[in-house]
Amino acid sequence: MSLPSKTMMAALAVTRFGLGARPGEIATASADPRGWLIDQITPKGAAQPQPNPDTAAQRYVAMREYQELRRTAKDDGDPKTVAVRQANMAIRDKAGADFLARARLAAGTPDSFAERWTLFWANHFTVSSTKEITGPMVGPFEQEAIRPYVFGRFENLLVASSTHPAMLTYLDQQQSTGPNSPANGRNGKRGLNENLAREILELHSLGVASGYTQADVTEFARAITGFSVGREDEDRAGQFVFRENIHEPGARTILGKTYKAGEIDQSLAILKDLAAHPATARHISTKLARHFVADAPPPALVDRLEKSWLKSGGRLDKVARTLVESPEAWDPAPTKFKTPYEFMISSWRVIGAEPSAVERIATPLIGLGQRGFSAPSPKGWSDLAGEWCSPDGLIKRLQWSQGFAAAAADKLDPNTAAAEALGARLTPAVAQAVSRAETRREALALLMMSPEFQRR
Amino acid sequence: MTAQHASRRSFLSLAAGLGVSVSFLGRQAFAASEGDLARRKMVVVICRGGMDGLSVAPPVGDPAYAALRAGIAMKPDQVLKLDDTFGLHPELASVHRLALKGQARIAPAIASPDRARSHFEAQDVLETGESRVYGSDTGWLNRTLAALPPARKVEGLSVGATAPLILRGKVQAASWSPGKGVDETARLPTLLQDLYRNDPLMGPAFARGLETETMAQAAMTAMAPSPAMTATAVATPASATAAPMSATMANDRQNRQGNEAARKLGSTLAGFMVQADGPQIAAISLDGWDTHAGQQGQVATRLSYLDAVLDGLNTGLGDQWKNTVVVVVTEFGRTAKVNGTGGTDHGTGSTALVLGGALKPGGIIGDWPTLSQPALFENRDVAPTLDMRGLFKGVLADHMGVDRAVLESKVFPDSADAKAVTGLV
Repeated sequence: MSLPSKTMMAALAVTRFGLGARPGEIATASADPRGWLIDQITPKGAAQPQPNPDTAAQRYVAMREYQELRRTAKDDGDPKTVAVRQANMAIRDKAGADFLARARLAAGTPDSFAERWTLFWANHFTVSSTKEITGPMVGPFEQEAIRPYVFGRFENLLVASSTHPAMLTYLDQQQSTGPNSPANGRNGKRGLNENLAREILELHSLGVASGYTQADVTEFARAITGFSVGREDEDRAGQFVFRENIHEPGARTILGKTYKAGEIDQSLAILKDLAAHPATARHISTKLARHFVADAPPPALVDRLEKSWLKSGGRLDKVARTLVESPEAWDPAPTKFKTPYEFMISSWRVIGAEPSAVERIATPLIGLGQRGFSAPSPKGWSDLAGEWCSPDGLIKRLQWSQGFAAAAADKLDPNTAAAEALGARLTPAVAQAVSRAETRREALALLMMSPEFQRR
Repeated sequence: MTAQHASRRSFLSLAAGLGVSVSFLGRQAFAASEGDLARRKMVVVICRGGMDGLSVAPPVGDPAYAALRAGIAMKPDQVLKLDDTFGLHPELASVHRLALKGQARIAPAIASPDRARSHFEAQDVLETGESRVYGSDTGWLNRTLAALPPARKVEGLSVGATAPLILRGKVQAASWSPGKGVDETARLPTLLQDLYRNDPLMGPAFARGLETETMAQAAMTAMAPSPAMTATAVATPASATAAPMSATMANDRQNRQGNEAARKLGSTLAGFMVQADGPQIAAISLDGWDTHAGQQGQVATRLSYLDAVLDGLNTGLGDQWKNTVVVVVTEFGRTAKVNGTGGTDHGTGSTALVLGGALKPGGIIGDWPTLSQPALFENRDVAPTLDMRGLFKGVLADHMGVDRAVLESKVFPDSADAKAVTGLV
């Protein structure tokens, strides 16, 4: 498979692997398009949004205090006291600030491949504010459990996410109790909750239909009993704690292998094996190829990623490099359709700006079907064009583009903007439509809504 | 001039202003010629996350129910009574009102053919209508539209900003969610249609979106006299606030607002469907049914939202309710036994609701396997006695008039074992 021209590769590097071109960026990448991407793969992980907010632990405690306040107020007969509302707003404002900081980083970063790579992993290990207690921790989760590890070993990412308070609350793990654990006692009423165990197997590691059974799910759920979050009145408030007294004692057998009793070490041994399992390499290589290249990814590309994964023992820096070096990833035909978040971020990148207030991005995202930090299920947001390219989705994108262009277009030369946004991917039809537009704002909206810009 | 005329005229002028062909219009004469069939309507409500059937219609008369559900069991006097075994959840008051008129029934042990207890695999199987996961990348409602003879063009509509798999496929179905309208004076829609001409996905989707926008004006003016809808209407109560972190900071007032939005959502969907050339088939998804811990409040909130959507549909459809069948399904049910954290884990059989003025009165649909320990599926779940494809086939054949052979070959291939449920309408 031959590679396209260097100018085309520069356009693809910035718009397909990255989050869209800021002015001058495609020109910068054109000296060495693959090198431009590889330079962003660093062992220190992905950049952190600024300013760094609270830790997840602080957010957890704040949320528990808010819930307690609300409960007391309700018992007193007035659930909507000023204090309750203020506490509620304070928590929501912080989550909003997290989301804005993350969007500003995405819109402004020169390392937008690293950021897209990070967003892939944040979506792979979805936690969502559809659960109240988890909501304020979504931002800190990305900062604590995802960003530092995205170019390290997958095993570390898996352990970090599986033990993070945001994940433990989102998938109900913190209350799961070993039926025969000391705390449950004789005739104890508490028991297992298999939600996290199942989703680790199905979504985070092996993948569905990879051969594990209901018995494996239940055994794994028994093994990870004890994974919990420190209560407000404990030393490790809001942080991961392993509670020996709710851990199901005994050896566990998962996928035919027996793990000896050993409290948290037992779980870590299982997670290590899941990370190293060939089904995991296959499952995630397919997801990566689908995310970056095509909804139905070229099998040769999946094979390359899988080999790189297995050979390196799940080193994500090596896998990222293999992706960049695979010729199948550089087919100029744009098949991927941007998600609403990707579309909006790439629009700010066109004008060389960042969203200035959370409403500017969070509110339109709701209408576009991708409410910030609120993926609808543990599977995360869809990566398929068929889901996002809906009639209503396109109408909502058009409406937003018109508003965005009305506010931003007056300072732009539309022809230059089109050339800088798409580089060699700009087609004559779109260039002509932009140049013939009646107004600057019409020109910018046309560019944003063009198939070349909506796809990557 | 009546209000209806006015809205129809403004809707026509909006369509003209957008420069689009309005295929929803101009079929009235033809529609009359196919008679009654052209008025039949079907709505599929997908409850995503695994709706707990034993909460939808608690089998309070089943001897094993109270012990299995323990702390989350309902007492016989808490439910809205259906028969000696079943009641409806107290939040399903509108459904119960319809049930008393013979216009709502339950299928208490229904499942897709999938047994993996994975949300995503099971939703895939539910929506593709296949017997196994990844059997197809098109949805069975879409294949229904595609399989109808050309002389009988039926429109499909989904509610929401994303296209659900059940309506994805060869036919470009419409989709719509509340929001502000398109600026009808702008040239952009026409210019963009030009640019999308060679894009197989964006071209048809955009054209359909513009058509639906014009229809939405009529649907909202005719059916929703209350203030303009906002984006919150499509949100489930779990996400009914506008902040990026929505959270379920639920309280009574928010739930009431959520239910008001839900009712409006149902009535607006009805507003699309009552138009002369409106969609006869529609799909809508409600999220948030995955209740692993402390489930009672969550289930109640979601069921009251569902009840309000159905109530909105019922009232919005007015005298067209008599031509309608609504099917409410989920990808799987939940464990029969309460788990260790006051919730339930992924299970198998669940409860479907079947509603509509076209329905024949009757008891439960399918058999009740009971909750006795030996009757449970794999010792933990409600054992399915009815393949949901059989329910879908029955409604499509007997109510929507879809050819049985077409159903077997194109819409639900591989479903010979799932016999069509007969006698529903």
